[in-house]
Order: sequence, then C-alpha cells, then structure tokens
Amino acid sequence: MSEPLLEIKDLVVEYHTDEADVHALNGISLSLDKGETLGLVGETGAGKTTTALSIMRLLPKKIGEIKNGQILFEGENLLDKTEAQMRLIRGESISMIFQDPMTSLNPVMRVGDQILEALRLHRPDMSKAEQQKKVDEMLEMVGIPAARKREYPHQFSGGMKQRVVIAIALALEPKLLIADEPTTALDVTIQAQVLQMMSDLKTKLDTSMLLITHDLGVVSQTCDKVAVMYAGEVVEYGRAEDIFLGKQHHPYTEGLFGSLPELNATAKRLSPINGLMPDPMALPEGCKFHPRCPHCTERCKKEIPAVHQDGEHMIRCHLMDKEVR
Amino acid sequence: MATPMLEIKHLKKYFSTPAGQLHAVDDVSLTIEAGQTLGVVGESGCGKSTLGRTVLRLLEPTSGEVLYNGTDITKFNRKQMVAARQELQMIFQDPYASLNPRLSVAEIIAEPLIVNKKYKNKKEMYERVGQLMETVGLAPRLMNSYPHELDGGRRQRIGVARALATDPRFIVCDEPVSALDVSIQAQILNLLMDLQDQQGLSYMFITHDLSVVKHISSHIAVMYLGRCVEYAETEELFAHPMHPYTQALLAAIPVIDITRRGKKWETLQGEVTSPINPAPGCRFAPRCKYACEGCHAGNMELLQISAGHWVACPYAR
Ligand SMILES: Nc1ncnc2c1ncn2[C@@H]1O[C@H](COP(=O)(O)OP(=O)(O)OP(=O)(O)O)[C@@H](O)[C@H]1O
Ligand SMILES: Nc1ncnc2c1ncn2[C@@H]1O[C@H](COP(=O)(O)OP(=O)(O)OP(=O)(O)O)[C@@H](O)[C@H]1O
Ligand code: SF4
Ligand SMILES: [Mg+2]
Ligand SMILES: [Mg+2]
Repeated sequence: MSEPLLEIKDLVVEYHTDEADVHALNGISLSLDKGETLGLVGETGAGKTTTALSIMRLLPKKIGEIKNGQILFEGENLLDKTEAQMRLIRGESISMIFQDPMTSLNPVMRVGDQILEALRLHRPDMSKAEQQKKVDEMLEMVGIPAARKREYPHQFSGGMKQRVVIAIALALEPKLLIADEPTTALDVTIQAQVLQMMSDLKTKLDTSMLLITHDLGVVSQTCDKVAVMYAGEVVEYGRAEDIFLGKQHHPYTEGLFGSLPELNATAKRLSPINGLMPDPMALPEGCKFHPRCPHCTERCKKEIPAVHQDGEHMIRCHLMDKEVR
Repeated sequence: MATPMLEIKHLKKYFSTPAGQLHAVDDVSLTIEAGQTLGVVGESGCGKSTLGRTVLRLLEPTSGEVLYNGTDITKFNRKQMVAARQELQMIFQDPYASLNPRLSVAEIIAEPLIVNKKYKNKKEMYERVGQLMETVGLAPRLMNSYPHELDGGRRQRIGVARALATDPRFIVCDEPVSALDVSIQAQILNLLMDLQDQQGLSYMFITHDLSVVKHISSHIAVMYLGRCVEYAETEELFAHPMHPYTQALLAAIPVIDITRRGKKWETLQGEVTSPINPAPGCRFAPRCKYACEGCHAGNMELLQISAGHWVACPYAR
C-alpha cells in the first residue's frame, strides 16, 4: 500500500487559559490517502477545528500547545518544521478554508485583489494576465458576478465572504485541502456548486480533503472515510459504508443521527442527545460520553473503553465487548 | 380583521456601490401574526440578513413601511426606536463576529438591560443575567468567561440570552443555528420553540437550511436576489413548490445517500444576475429552465394561485 498523504498519530493538544487547561485533543490518530476525502464530524467543542489548526500549525500562540504526537505530511513531521518552512507549505501544499471567513479576509482590501494576491504569492507559474483571468473565473464559479470584485468584504453577505475564501483556497490547487465547515453559511444550491468544484479539483489533481462539517447528508455524498469526534477523541472511524450502513455504532454516533431534523418527519420536538458536551477543563472519568449515554453501565463510569476494530471500522465503547464477540 | 403583529409593506433597501445601486431588498411585503414564525429562505446573498436588519431599523430602509401592531416604526425618532427595540430583538448570523470580544459573558447579556436602564440595582441585574443564562442552558460559572474561549454553541446561547433580556415580543433570528452541529442545533431550536409556546413570541427565522425552516416555521417566504418569489404556509410550500427557484432549492437538499458519492451534483446552470441595477423581468430567468420571453420583459408580481399561496412566476400559473 502507498504511504498516506497525511497521518496524525496520537495528537494531544491543550489550551492554556487563565482559569485552567482545556484538554481539546486527547490523543487522536487519523490517516488520509492521496485523493481521499475524510469527513470529520462531531458536536461543537469536540476538537475538529483544533485538529485542523494543528495541521496548519496555526494554534493561537502561547495559548495552544501540542503536548504530544506527530503530524506526518508526505512522510515528514510538520511539528518539526520551522515557521518559514510552514509558510511555504501553507497555501501551496495545504490550504485551509476557515470556519470564520474573516480570519482569512483582509477587511480593507478589495475581494478581487485578495484572490490576486494569493495567486501572486503561491502561483508564480501563472502570467499576470492569467492570474487576472483566474480571479474572474473563480468568482463566477462560486456564483459571484466578476464585476463585484472591486467591493470590500463588508459589502458582501456572510455566505459571499465564505465563497471568496473558498475561491482562494481552490485557486491555489493544494495537495491537501482542509475545509472547516465550508458550506454551512451557504444555501443548498450554492453548496452543490461548491462541492462540485471541490470534486472537480479532486478528479483533476488527486487532491485529498479533510472536510469538517455537521451536515451528514454532505458527508454521505462526498466522504470516503468518516471520523466521529467526541470530547477530543475519535470515538468511531470507518469507511462511509461502515458509518452510514453499518449495524454497530458508538452510542454518540447514534445520537447524532437521531438529532437530524428530518424533512419528512412530523415530530414537533427534535430528539437531541441529552445534556452538553463535557467541560473540557474537567473531563469525566472512564468513557467521556458516559454522563450522556443511554447505555451507560458502572464499568463505563470507571474504565476507559478500548478500541474495537472490525476491519477498518473502529468503535471506542464498552458495549462492543459483548456484541463483537 | 385584526391588525397583524408585524406588517412589512413595499420595503426597499438599496446600497450605493462603485458600480451603481445594489438592490439588496427590492419591494418586499410580508406579514407575521403574533405567536407565529415566518421562515425566510433563499440563496446566499439574496438579501435575507438585509431584510431582517431593515425591518428592525438596524439599517435605514430606502423606502417602504414596517407596521408593528399597526404603527409604522420607520417614522419613529431615536427615542421611540430605543423603546421599541426592547420588544423587537435580533439574534445574529455570526456567533463569532456579533459578540464584543472585550466583554465577559455576563456583561454581554447585561448590555441591553443597561442601555434600557432596566435595573437600578446591580445585584438584581446580575440575578436577571443568571436567570437568562439558566433559561438558555449556560452554566453559571461561564459568567466571567470571554466569548473567544467558548465554542460556537455556547456563543450562540449568549446571543439568545441577550436577545431575551428585555422580554421581546418579536425576534429576528438570522441563521441562529447554521454554525452549529445538528445536536446543538436541535437544542437551540427546541429552546426557541419552548420560548414561543411559553411567551407567545413571534419570529422571523432566516436560514438557508430547509429542514430547519420546515421544522420551525408556520409560513415561509422564499427570496431570490432581493425579491420575494414565493410565499405560503410551510406544508403547502413543501408539498407544492411552484416557483422554479423554490423547486431547484428543494431538489438540492443533500440527503443521506452514499450511492451518490462521486456522482455529479445537480447544479443550477447559467449566470447569476447582478443585484446592481438589475434589469427588469424575473431575476431568476437566466438560470431558469422554463424561462420564456415574457420572463425577461415585465416585472414579476406576486400573485395568489391558491388560498394563501403566492408566486411570482408566470410558469407556475
Ligand atoms: N483559543 C482558545 N482558548 C481556550 N479554549 C479554546 C480555544 N479554542 C478552542 N478552545 C476549546 O477547545 C475545545 C475544542 O474546540 P474546537 O474549536 O476545536 O471545537 P470544534 O469541534 O471545532 O467545535 P465547533 O463545531 O463549535 O467549531 C472547546 O472546548 C473550545 O472551547
Ligand atoms: N453594507 C453593505 N454595503 C453594500 N452592499 C451590501 C451591504 N450589506 C449587504 N450588501 C449586499 O446586499 C446583498 C444582500 O446581502 P445579505 O447580507 O442581506 O444577504 P443574505 O441573504 O443574508 O446572504 P447570506 O445567506 O450569505 O447571509 C448582497 O449582494 C450584499 O453584497
Ligand atoms: S462506553 Fe459506555 S458510556 Fe461510553 S458510549 Fe459506550 S455504552 Fe455509552
Ligand atoms: Mg470548529
Ligand atoms: Mg445573511
């Protein structure tokens, strides 16, 4: 088998705040092959963005600390790179679409110029005229009339800003595209357009993608593999078939599916998973999901569940002990 | 007939841009009854947020009226508007940008109480803040936290608590759950619906998420490039979508189906009309598969095609 493009091994990340240490990632491992799309799902606060920021080495300085683990990109550990080396990797090899578009947009620069600048920096192979043409083309592709390139970000709607960020990331044609909730601000017709662009990029350049989203419909239609995160851990991982068609699941994954407001359902109340994500400053003992789990036993409260592997399908839950055997 | 709680009449909001007048909201008329929820859906950039903000006069309308219990609030002076705003609140699209990063959670929620001089006594005010935090499910220990230390779900709860502080009657919810994952989404939606049941609140619920809007709204308005192109009761709209844009929108909802992986996404073809000095005629025409000559010529008015179902398209008739 070929070497994976990206391999995360036992990554532990903490945020140090005035009050306490936030255990954002508690030893996650993931791998992504060339041309593959991995979906990262899980409740707010599960650590999805932290995972992405760690790969980019963009955790907030002083506050965010990688305590342990490796992030191998094309076999090299990104955690050993200097800041100068990382700057080259970012944009050219790995590009990221941030959850909050204003993280990557300059409020006092015209949107067209921002796309142009990214191309100048990372695509010196293109002539000036080609770069200009690409700006118009990318804007039109994300459904914004090219004539509006002279406007500033504050003149754009939330979703339009997001589309500019997407246009920039895709124009750079990276090897790995990390997309943090890229389409959550978009309606479904524009979303379809954006997902089609991503899939074209994948076909054309064999781009790998880490797609963070809470839209399970999108995950099912785009991702080859899915990792379900809870409280800084991957609690279930497998091929899309395992996650969407498999018989066995982590109770949290079941809860996620149960919270979907279904279009054909008539129930007035949704049935979300009870309770909240645990406080990452004081994580529960044993299985981190146990206070909310409908199947919780005494053992769950004390013992950290082991990993149960069935082919590529991984589940981290005590329930599997009886059922797998 | 009784006066509706909120009546929007021929509302327009244009922005001046280097290339000309941008018709963000272009002659929109809608009504919302007390205790009801109007869902507003449409393509990103079609003017949903602008509509919501203009209704509350966070943006000044270019023209048109907004009648709240029969009184036109667009004519209110500053002082009257400050008073009215206690009853007319907003929850914002972006839980990242809409909260002042320098204020603590408690200070953010207390802000509208201070502005409206609701409490003389600090202790009482913070008791009220504590109550509000409990209502929206925020742990009391978060009082002194700052928004950037919290995840999206908790940040959005702060926005809800702040909007509730002055006991509003009508809240514009601008994508309050879009940035949240499904299970937190469900919690916030349940919270909003419970508040509606208990306090008789009315909402204008802006979202592009059709499953959410179907769940929470009694009526739905579909917007396309500044105009309302279809309006009906929720069930009617989902059962009989008449406008070609609404039909395209409903068809594009990604369902859970792994057999569609790697297949082409159904996308709308054709160029997007620019909202800057738009030509007359239907603004969806360049992308519409049913467009005929008539569509490019005259203005498309909303017409009632069955009881309570309004559509701005000749094809639908
Ligand atoms: N700068 C920070 N300082 C302190 N804590 C932080 C910081 N950034 C994130 N956290 C905490 O780390 C945990 C993981 O956050 P992260 O943003 O990775 O979650 P997420 O899965 O991306 O959630 P969402 O779906 O809301 O985006 C959360 O508990 C969050 O509150
Ligand atoms: N302050 C402004 N100056 C100029 N143009 C603006 C301004 N605010 C909004 N617009 C324009 O008005 C139109 C409608 O924007 P609006 O934010 O209302 O869209 P929206 O429907 O809320 O979209 P989204 O779903 O992406 O949030 C867009 O074309 C936008 O660029
Ligand atoms: S280990 Fe126990 S508490 Fe955790 S998910 Fe499984 S059954 Fe629930
Ligand atoms: Mg995130
Ligand atoms: Mg908006």
